[in-house]
Amino acid sequence: MVAATTTWFYACLAEDVPENGGVCVKYNNEQIALFHFARLNEWYATQNECPHRNQMALSRGMIGTQGDEPKVACPFHKKTFSLKTGECLSGDECAIKTYAVKVEDGKVYIAIPG
Amino acid sequence: MKIVIIGNGMVGYKFCEKLLSKEASSSFQITVFGEEIRPAYDRVHLSEFFSGKSAEDLAMAPANWYSDNNIILHLGDPIAQINTTTKTVDSHKGLTVSYDILVMATGSAAFVPPIPGTEKDGVFIYRTIEDLELMTAYAKKAKKGAVIGGGLLGLEAAKAMIDLGVSDTSVIEFAPRLMPRQIDDAGSNVLKAKLESIGLKILTNKNTAEILGSSCISGMQFSDDSKIEVDMLVISAGIKPRDELAKLAGLETGQRGGIVVNDQLQTSDPSIYAIGECALHRGMIYGLVAPGYEMAEVVAATITGTPKTFTGFDMSTKLKLIGVDVASFGDAFLSGNGVQSIAINDTHKGIYKRINISADGKTLLGGILVGEAEQYNMLLQTFKNKVILPPNPEDVILGARGGETDTGAGVTALPDDALICSCEAVTKGMICNSVSEVGCETVDAIKKCTKAGTGCGGCVPMLKDLMQHTMKAQGKLIRNVLCEHFNYSRQELFDLVKIHDLKTYDAVLDKLGNGHGCEVCKPAVSSIVASLWNEMILKKGNATAQDSNDRFLANIQKGGTYSVVPRIPGGEITPDKLIVIGEVAKKYNLYTKITGGQRIDMFGAHLSDLPKIWEALIAAGFESGHAYGKSLRTVKSCVGSTWCRFGLHDSVSFAIKVEERYRGLRSPHKLKSAVSGCIRECAEAQSKDFGIIATEKGWNLYVCGNGGSKPQHALLLASDVDEETCIKLIDRFLMFYVKTADPLTRTATWLNKMEGGIDYLKSVVLNDALGMNALWEDEMNHHVATYECEWKVAVETPEIRKRFNHFVNAPEEKDPTVHFEEMREQKRAKEWK
Ligand code: SRM
Ligand SMILES: Cc1cc2nc3c(=O)[nH]c(=O)nc-3n(C[C@H](O)[C@H](O)[C@H](O)COP(=O)(O)OP(=O)(O)OC[C@H]3O[C@@H](n4cnc5c(N)ncnc54)[C@H](O)[C@@H]3O)c2cc1C
Ligand code: SF4
Ligand code: FES
Repeated sequence: MVAATTTWFYACLAEDVPENGGVCVKYNNEQIALFHFARLNEWYATQNECPHRNQMALSRGMIGTQGDEPKVACPFHKKTFSLKTGECLSGDECAIKTYAVKVEDGKVYIAIPG
Repeated sequence: MKIVIIGNGMVGYKFCEKLLSKEASSSFQITVFGEEIRPAYDRVHLSEFFSGKSAEDLAMAPANWYSDNNIILHLGDPIAQINTTTKTVDSHKGLTVSYDILVMATGSAAFVPPIPGTEKDGVFIYRTIEDLELMTAYAKKAKKGAVIGGGLLGLEAAKAMIDLGVSDTSVIEFAPRLMPRQIDDAGSNVLKAKLESIGLKILTNKNTAEILGSSCISGMQFSDDSKIEVDMLVISAGIKPRDELAKLAGLETGQRGGIVVNDQLQTSDPSIYAIGECALHRGMIYGLVAPGYEMAEVVAATITGTPKTFTGFDMSTKLKLIGVDVASFGDAFLSGNGVQSIAINDTHKGIYKRINISADGKTLLGGILVGEAEQYNMLLQTFKNKVILPPNPEDVILGARGGETDTGAGVTALPDDALICSCEAVTKGMICNSVSEVGCETVDAIKKCTKAGTGCGGCVPMLKDLMQHTMKAQGKLIRNVLCEHFNYSRQELFDLVKIHDLKTYDAVLDKLGNGHGCEVCKPAVSSIVASLWNEMILKKGNATAQDSNDRFLANIQKGGTYSVVPRIPGGEITPDKLIVIGEVAKKYNLYTKITGGQRIDMFGAHLSDLPKIWEALIAAGFESGHAYGKSLRTVKSCVGSTWCRFGLHDSVSFAIKVEERYRGLRSPHKLKSAVSGCIRECAEAQSKDFGIIATEKGWNLYVCGNGGSKPQHALLLASDVDEETCIKLIDRFLMFYVKTADPLTRTATWLNKMEGGIDYLKSVVLNDALGMNALWEDEMNHHVATYECEWKVAVETPEIRKRFNHFVNAPEEKDPTVHFEEMREQKRAKEWK
């Protein structure tokens, strides 16, 4: 659910994001990982920082699915996180933040709560 | 019926679990009192707290498990008194609860010897999560550590000190040797040498007289008048059963502690039972978790109407975590009439193994393993089940010799009632049954179904063997599939990708797989596509299907920067090129180091600097060194006949030729090679995936060696061949490997799994047993002809080049979270937490 106070932040052009991969978006002093899951025709956004060793790296991770759950694997130690809920699928790390994404006229926007 | 349990430790918890599993328990009212503030956690793996496990990770079951199962759990509220006449217990906070049956699972406390000064700050014991939290806080300001006690727990605590950063730590043992109860002198010596090599100081024959310091510990004084400086001490000198409540209630206790129990685990009051580390059974306290679990089972069964008895338990153990394998089983010390001992003592490798066998050489009575304990599980089972030993009993510790590896025959020889998981009391029969009847076909499924492998985890490798054997026996094909997205092995997939002429990961997934891929199949398939077609790996939308290092053509490092390793074939480099490396490193502020592979690594490059750095290197004649890829790394060389007085041939020239031939070849795992100019072997060719050594008449070719975590020497494939033949043989060997090995399998492991071993490999590569050699040589020639430096393509192709930015919406900015620290006039990555 997107709260009423959400602001849509313009991130980049859709074509700037590689298909089935991610890029890192700068939002003020934060880093957001943005993914174009072209095979599912979906867009996802999460925090860029991997909670395992606090590395700014999730945007460089490989994406895929586990069952029906879309996920991203951190490049460092391959911990995986759900792109939908942010939950850690490798069991032991804390969940990551996720953001809603919309694409209009070839432009990608990320929902910033509050 | 009202059941009260005192103590919510590992055994107390297990008792609840066992009780719930019995039908008769549904009418029971269960109340648990625990002294600690947390629900029961896995004390056996306590030390993993230091490697990042949280208290929740260690929990045996979440807090709501108890309420979900109608168990009333009072935490942080120890029982203060038992009234045997009114059959009630009083808690510290003032609760009084009555019982029909009382189960004491109060465990034990660390035994602290009466040394003056143990109350000082900086002195710790090692038993609970709180102890570890206190240690973590204190360790920050400690430099010199010590541990009293060189037994199982003491060594674990010593390793913990090193992990906490107190690297200057001494282990102090009263006895003349380490682990005096488990291993013999020779084993202790090997263990001592190993521990010293990881930085521990070992002081044996030391009796601590006093702990020095005013309010904080500052040193230790020994009875032989020697002294050491210490600012943090852990006492791990043994355990003391928690029998104080029992004593107060007038129950019989042992002279040296422990609540006396009979074979039903009843105390001197028949409605009170004691289990776990607090129970004294036939004069014995069991300081291990498996006997405690067995006791829990005995009492749970007995009070639900199927009486069982506890008659003792095997004390075999394996030390974990310290980085040195140590295990002992059965009677480790046995000697004298009717017993023979066989021992290997390899002080060079640091391995000691001893087995004690019966006079007729048929049964195993016990043994010790130090430095390498892979055979522990199998030996333990052989011992427990009295399996008849092979005609040369030493084979069980030496491993079968002569190339043939025998992984599974061991498990088939065990009887069905062999106890495979002693923590959860699961037999071979139960495990095989879960595979054949319940249909478990993964180790995880077996764990869920039988609980085997969920305790100490030591039996997990055997679960896998048993599963595979059962499935084979059922005539089931054990499908070695890639992952949930591909129902094929790598080898099958390789052929299918070729037959269907597929060139991208997406095409392969659409045609041959299902779902949307993952971090396992993406790199594996990308590697197959690259091996087959040798097209630039970042083209055709393949970039995002590459492993992250391949995607950015560089190894990612701590902090998120990358390393740059240009190829320096054979280790030969001109002064001019050295200067360029120096200039580039200086300009981009890179840390430089000579690698173990005879080349130069530049570390700490920002993502957005990578194309600029490579542009400069390429302009000076360098090319990618593929340090990031599963592909050829280096071909090391020695100087050879051009300068060396022993050199038989020009090893440098040959190494360069070999490196330039196979550079860029994508393979299941990385490939390393070396060429030595004579048998003195200065290039270490026999530790490589393929290695070449000059002989009077030509070259000897060795294959399937590696260093790394499981070093293995290469085996001779052909002798005295000329250069051209040597290259042909390598072509065939590599193509055979690239096509048939599982993902991330080095050549040595590939050969170890190959039926027929090196003899079969020879028949294929030398005698063309598969009729593939001509094709493989052609394919390798195709690879050589189509090679291009992928970094050159990357910097010259704008769509690829633009991906080397940290921020998509601020390409000119670098990642502000990257930080470096200074070290010896260069930089290093900031330590992560
Ligand atoms: C740089 C270097 C260490 C050094 O400073 O000397 C190094 C660094 C790394 N090694 Fe290594 N290895 C280096 C020589 C070795 C050697 C020695 C040799 O090649 O003579 C070995 C043992 C020999 C062998 O492989 O048989 C070695 C065995 C490993 C292994 C274990 C492989 C195994 O089969 O057990 C790994 C892990 C892996 O590949 O999965 C590894 C992995 C790594 C990685 C790639 C870890 C990673 O994924 O980040 C390191 C990357 C550092 C970086 O950012 O560039 N490195 N590594 C050496 C680079 C050599 C080169 O010029 O390319
Ligand atoms: C660091 C470490 C490593 C170990 N490694 C291994 C290993 O590798 N293999 C192995 O087999 N074993 C190992 N052990 C031993 C294993 O942890 C114990 O055998 C096991 O925990 C015993 O379980 P227990 O329930 O009897 O005792 P505990 O787990 O100690 O539980 C007893 C509980 O009772 C509580 N209690 C005491 N008195 C009262 C009271 N009056 N009222 C309420 N509660 C009370 C205590 O606070 C405690 O929580 C290790 C132990 C440690 C400390
Ligand atoms: S040995 Fe380990 S730490 Fe050292 S470079 Fe190799 S992988 Fe890294
Ligand atoms: S930093 Fe992400 S998995 Fe370790």
